Amino acid sequence: MAKVKMTVNGRQVGSECDDRTLLVHFIRENLGLTGTHVGCDTTQCGACVVHMDGRSVKSCSILAVQAAGSEIVTIEGLSSGGELHPVQAAFKANHGLQCGFCTPGMVMTSVDIIRRHGAQLDEATVRAELEGNICRCTGYHNIVKSVLAAAAEMGSAKEAAE
Amino acid sequence: MGLEGIGARVVRKEDKRFLTGKGRYTDDMTVPGMKYAFFVRSAHAHARIVSIDTSAAKDMPGIIDILGGKELQADGIGNLICGWMIHSKDGSPMKMGAWRPLAHETVRYVGDAIAIVVADSLAEARDAAEAVVVEYDVLPAVTQASRALEAGQPQIHPEASNNLIFDWQLGDADSTDAAVARAAHVTEMKIVNNRLSPNPMEPRATLGIYDEAEDHYTCYTTSQNPHVARLVMSAFYNVAPENKLRVIAPDVGGGFGSKIYIYPEEIVCLWASKKTGVPVKWTSDRTEAFLTDAHGRDHETTVKMAFDADHRIIGLKVDTIANIGAYMSLFSSATPTYLYATLLSGQYDIPAIHANVRAVYTNTAPVDAYRGAGRPEATYVMERTMETAARELGIAPAELRRKNFIRSFPHQTPVIMNYDAGDFEASLNAALAASDYAGFPARKAEAATRGMKRGIGMSCYIEACGIAPSAAVGSLGAGVGLWESAEVRVNAVGTIEVLTGSHSHGQGHETTFAQLIADRFGVSMDSVNIVHGDTDKVQMGMGTYGSRSGAVGMSAIVKALDKVEAKAKKIAAHLMEADESDIVIENGELKVAGTDKTLPWFQVALAAYTAHNLPSGMEPGLKETAFYDPSNFTFPAGCYICEVEVDPETGKTQIVQFVAADDFGNIINPMIVEGQVHGGIAQGIGQALLEAVHYDPANGQLITASYMDYAMPRADDLPSFQVSHQTTPCPSNPLGIKGCGEAGAIGSPPALINAITDAIGNNELNMPATPQKVWLAANAAH
Ligand code: FES
Ligand code: FES
Repeated sequence: MAKVKMTVNGRQVGSECDDRTLLVHFIRENLGLTGTHVGCDTTQCGACVVHMDGRSVKSCSILAVQAAGSEIVTIEGLSSGGELHPVQAAFKANHGLQCGFCTPGMVMTSVDIIRRHGAQLDEATVRAELEGNICRCTGYHNIVKSVLAAAAEMGSAKEAAE
Repeated sequence: MGLEGIGARVVRKEDKRFLTGKGRYTDDMTVPGMKYAFFVRSAHAHARIVSIDTSAAKDMPGIIDILGGKELQADGIGNLICGWMIHSKDGSPMKMGAWRPLAHETVRYVGDAIAIVVADSLAEARDAAEAVVVEYDVLPAVTQASRALEAGQPQIHPEASNNLIFDWQLGDADSTDAAVARAAHVTEMKIVNNRLSPNPMEPRATLGIYDEAEDHYTCYTTSQNPHVARLVMSAFYNVAPENKLRVIAPDVGGGFGSKIYIYPEEIVCLWASKKTGVPVKWTSDRTEAFLTDAHGRDHETTVKMAFDADHRIIGLKVDTIANIGAYMSLFSSATPTYLYATLLSGQYDIPAIHANVRAVYTNTAPVDAYRGAGRPEATYVMERTMETAARELGIAPAELRRKNFIRSFPHQTPVIMNYDAGDFEASLNAALAASDYAGFPARKAEAATRGMKRGIGMSCYIEACGIAPSAAVGSLGAGVGLWESAEVRVNAVGTIEVLTGSHSHGQGHETTFAQLIADRFGVSMDSVNIVHGDTDKVQMGMGTYGSRSGAVGMSAIVKALDKVEAKAKKIAAHLMEADESDIVIENGELKVAGTDKTLPWFQVALAAYTAHNLPSGMEPGLKETAFYDPSNFTFPAGCYICEVEVDPETGKTQIVQFVAADDFGNIINPMIVEGQVHGGIAQGIGQALLEAVHYDPANGQLITASYMDYAMPRADDLPSFQVSHQTTPCPSNPLGIKGCGEAGAIGSPPALINAITDAIGNNELNMPATPQKVWLAANAAH
């Protein structure tokens, strides 16, 4: 057993867990944050993506103990005050989700894609970057649209702020 | 239509919870004292179980209990069954073998459940499951259906000799044979429809809770039809009577057919909860999903399409072998029969059709309906053959289809279906225009200068949805009726709850159903809640599959709304001292036509509940229920055109354009309908290009048991799609809806394979068209 401490969605958390506990199970079972999902057992689907120290990671392929001391953001912590994050808002406006199961991972991955590429994103880049996230419902058409719309929106918001 | 009414692109009400991580799926549920289950499964495709030794495993840490099939049987839990009776052409009933929820004598596929381990944690359950020692007497296995029929192959169930479950036919053999014999041209093909794994992203899961004090069971489960689950578990599996069993299907992460069926795990977890005295949760991992979720397709077919000298189809003869897997899943017999052969007329006027279908046991996972269910198989047969015939006859594929289109409705086909409406030419023309079909030769020539082979292919599909008129399906062998129910509850403050037997697992019912109410009463969608997925809340329902939620589920809501409206108008007329027939409902008010007298909606609702001043004899309240039983199937149809470039060096196919032109009848929310089409096309492209379930024919081991081995379509495998709608309203239901959930998966595979075979100049190509297969086919052509 290990005692693991980390910051999750801005709050210090600590919990006892089996050494072999994956970060995704720590988040879901120990912290009760069930927005992060498990869709596979081979690190292929991306349903489990969270941000660790500002970068998107598949939380099913990290042990909770490896994440000790880090700063984690899950889908529950992406937005605050009842307002959707621009990426969440773009998914809603563009019907980028159906059953919603891949959605938390898709959104967390997309935020990271936009962080790395900025407003200059094009369709081919979005499609290549989403390779590690599987959606069975949408055919990706509206997810790609959502990411491009969010990138444009966030880019112009940034320009306006500068 | 208004901002929120029928036809408006309203963004979804349900999205916020999914986008913020607040969706509640079965695996998210926890209850006090809950324990975790892991199943011991067969490692062999076919074996007799000699012994099961759990003694070492039971002593491991955290273990509550390990239970097996003998105990389950002793407690009177029944075998799983197929609910649709098919008779062979000799009149004999289908030969169904026993499917025990936990096998204790014979296992028949890799993954067959043998025992349940219940433990404090999932890790402990898993560890102990590995310590359970099962001694097997391994038997030879067979995985391919046509092989399983051959003499000398392993016998999988004693009931089905030569593994043949039924040998069924539809249509007229004599007139079809005569047409083939006198034809000016016959196009003959051998067609394989590859086996697929549905792969909703949420794995199956269930939480069984037994309450000893009340002698009552609650089952959370990933189901497309919780009421059907309750009915079947009560009536056939003997888990508990219906009044003692509550089934809840909360948020469900996609189904595509695979979550229609009742599987062993729901039954066993409920039973195990009673045996152990603790709530028991099981969640499938992805490997278990590949092993045990019902697969789709897996047909081997030969087809003869007979033409007269004028290129009209005069007969169609089809012979199909369908792989059912090791056991007959709930609707497994209907998929390759009444959902398949009845669509073999396609969009064409064909005077004589005969189909023969043999359903066969193999040592593989059960096969049942997967998005489209039978109709993709029929469309693939028809549209591959049509395109091939056009090539053989040397005429344009569009013209051959045009020549044979059905043009007047209703049209009775020789294979049961009566098409009520359609305009096949409209969709064909729309797709030809959108794809700039006429400009293709120039694009092909340009691609050739880059060393690429460009091809174009089309598919004109028709399907039957709105499943289905109860009496009709009853006469064909269905064990259930396929109506839908709805309840509309207007609260005293005028807000509205709609309880529906349909189930949403991605389809957006919370939005589209609310649009219907907003449209009807002029109230805001925010004041409407859609309740579904809980047998304690919704009285009864048949669930969501076969693109039925719009055509059947919403029709039931319309019927209930009719009753609510009639009563509200009576109350309003009474209060405003007007004639009932003069009352109109507009923008959330009840008005006396031609006057300025009006009453807001909420006041009428309130009056219904205060009951101080109601028309004499009227019961208080404003709540109505309705059951809707469709009068016919509905017939969505359309035309898909796909354009590809094949790299002859690598065999890699790039989809450069995909055009869909669909006639779904009237549409409630185009945004949602387009999303359904996108998702369906992606699954169809997945089937045609990437996906296949492979078993090792030597030993029946599943080779494609993870996302490392089974190629799911990813974002960079697919293009964006061009979709459009042509509308002929459906005359058979009040909203004129045909349904849109499966079309994409039905229409797209033949369009894509027709395009690739056009590009490479070789018609011998089976799905999935992997680079290796395409490269071999392209190079064999020279
Ligand atoms: S659950 Fe982490 S990638 Fe699938
Ligand atoms: S929305 Fe269902 S898997 Fe992506």
